[in-house]
Amino acid sequence: MAETLQNLALGFSIALSPVILWYAFVGCVVGTLVGVLPGVGPLAGISLLLPATFGLDATRAIVMLAGIYYGAMYGGSTTSILMRIPGEAASVMTCIDGYAMARKGRAGAALAIAAVGSYVAGTVSVVALMLLAPPLASFALRFGPPEYFALLLLGLLVLAYMSSGSMLKALAMAALGLLLGMIGIDQMTGYFRFAYGVVELGDGIGVVPVAVGLFGLAEILATAGLAAPPQVIKPKLRELLPTRREWRESAAPIGRGTVLGFLIGIVPGSAHIIASFVSYAVERKLAKRPQEFGQGAVAGVAGPESANNAATSGAFVPMLALGVPSGPIPAVMLAAMMVHGVSPGPLLIEQQPELFWGFIASMYVGNVVLLILNLPLVGVFVNLLRVPYPILYPSILAFCILGVYAVNGSVVDVWIMLMMGGLGYLLRKLDFETAPIVLGVVLAPMLEMALRQSLAMSDGQYSIFVARPISATLLGVGLILITLGLRPLVTRGLDWRARLALAEKGDEHP
Amino acid sequence: MLTTDRVAGGALVLLALVVFWESRRLPLGSLRNPGPAYMPVALAAVLLCFGALLVVLAGKAPKLSTVSWTEWRHAVAIFGVCAFAALALERLGFRTTVALSLAFLLLGVERRGLIFSAVFAIAFAAVAFLLFDTLLRVPLPRGPFGI
Repeated sequence: MAETLQNLALGFSIALSPVILWYAFVGCVVGTLVGVLPGVGPLAGISLLLPATFGLDATRAIVMLAGIYYGAMYGGSTTSILMRIPGEAASVMTCIDGYAMARKGRAGAALAIAAVGSYVAGTVSVVALMLLAPPLASFALRFGPPEYFALLLLGLLVLAYMSSGSMLKALAMAALGLLLGMIGIDQMTGYFRFAYGVVELGDGIGVVPVAVGLFGLAEILATAGLAAPPQVIKPKLRELLPTRREWRESAAPIGRGTVLGFLIGIVPGSAHIIASFVSYAVERKLAKRPQEFGQGAVAGVAGPESANNAATSGAFVPMLALGVPSGPIPAVMLAAMMVHGVSPGPLLIEQQPELFWGFIASMYVGNVVLLILNLPLVGVFVNLLRVPYPILYPSILAFCILGVYAVNGSVVDVWIMLMMGGLGYLLRKLDFETAPIVLGVVLAPMLEMALRQSLAMSDGQYSIFVARPISATLLGVGLILITLGLRPLVTRGLDWRARLALAEKGDEHP
Repeated sequence: MLTTDRVAGGALVLLALVVFWESRRLPLGSLRNPGPAYMPVALAAVLLCFGALLVVLAGKAPKLSTVSWTEWRHAVAIFGVCAFAALALERLGFRTTVALSLAFLLLGVERRGLIFSAVFAIAFAAVAFLLFDTLLRVPLPRGPFGI
């Protein structure tokens, strides 16, 4: 414990330096803007702004990108409450009661509760991250290629299991992502695979054009031709303070949302979306007056908002400690770290303590910055939504092209984004989730390398995966998940994933 | 009956077959010692199974005819603009490409006024270039005459 506090002090000495504070602040502001804008979620936002960090050293760049990440999570709640448009997917549940509160004239209170809940959840879960990541990293030092292969496979299976809708469709998308990840030079033999003479494809297709195409461009393609968005409810500053009753009603949901969100965040999958869904369901179950849910229940805002922010920190645990991204957003963060020469994994904490602890401390600072930013400046952020969408989307499109090109200075990436945008648009229409594709693209080279190294270790014996206790356990858990996930194929009725899919479409309250 | 899952499943099966065909140029290796084609072929086999299952189990999925395509004109225009940008970016430079793309979308697709579209497009391209290329030092392509 004393060592942890000592390390944290080192982290704060870095995070509170004026330069790092500045980058955390810039990241939070940009992230909030990204979260507020419909169509640019945290994933596309981080991908687009990655090139802007190229001139920075690793610590500043990571601090800024992390600021963008949790800033976007905060910003997403603003549009949910004021417009009933989730700025990012995790804010879907906030739309229901947040917008209902806004219509009752309690928009300011809903925003304040969301901001305070997010602050509490963000801060508490960073403490948990700080305590959990180092021991997990020490444990991960026992991992060899078979354990990593099992862990990566389990990550994909959990993501598929946790996806809303059909597990079969999610698994198909994960397989498609893994196949896309096969493009490029085979790391063990040097063969070019599926590159068709395009030299730029030698390094494979990058996660940035894939993410921006599937999430940014596909969203623009699907929404640009739709009717104008609904009106914005603008809160007054003096309405920002919730009443004593509202504070009382939000305290327990914030606590529960924080614990739930963090635990779900550690598990691979679209953690923050699931966390907010589960929290909403739990709060409604525990409520004395469940009939208020959907009509502006305070707990319906406090719980899901806390849960989705706690999940954001939770998602960093496997990424920092194991070097394994637990979802598409951590996958892009992992790629961003690698661009800056940082390899997250068990050795990161030992070899680059100033980066790890500086990052942890900057998350504390970022949460304070966001709390200070979000409430008084909410009117400024909301004004962005007054820009008509027919003017906003061409600008977002230009940023997509710029961001994707700038990563490698290559138009091939722009073509990849274009193709992924078309694919994402069609998959949206056919009701398929695209997040497993992004994770598949990132994990494919790691998975293949781990498989081939394992077979080289065991002289071609596949029994190595079940002979080693850790990999056998991980594969066993994966098998159980497949069984559970495919159960709805033989039983009747909606399981929780089907209900989540309906709630995301706004058809049903969970 | 043509459902969304059936169409998607069919497309995935087709893609898996293409991967099988294209992988024939690469050494497959063996089960004990996988070659460069091993993993793609294994993944294509998995994709083929999932695609086939989707086709078979697609009965309850929504019919393809129920999918709304009302925004297709916008989607095609935006797609075309992106393709133009990819072709023109290194030939015309960032500023000209972005200004032309934005002007087309605002004027041609969104029916905004000529002067507004032109001013917005040029100003946006210039400010984005200044911010990223000049201030943040992210190199962006220049076209003829260094524009």
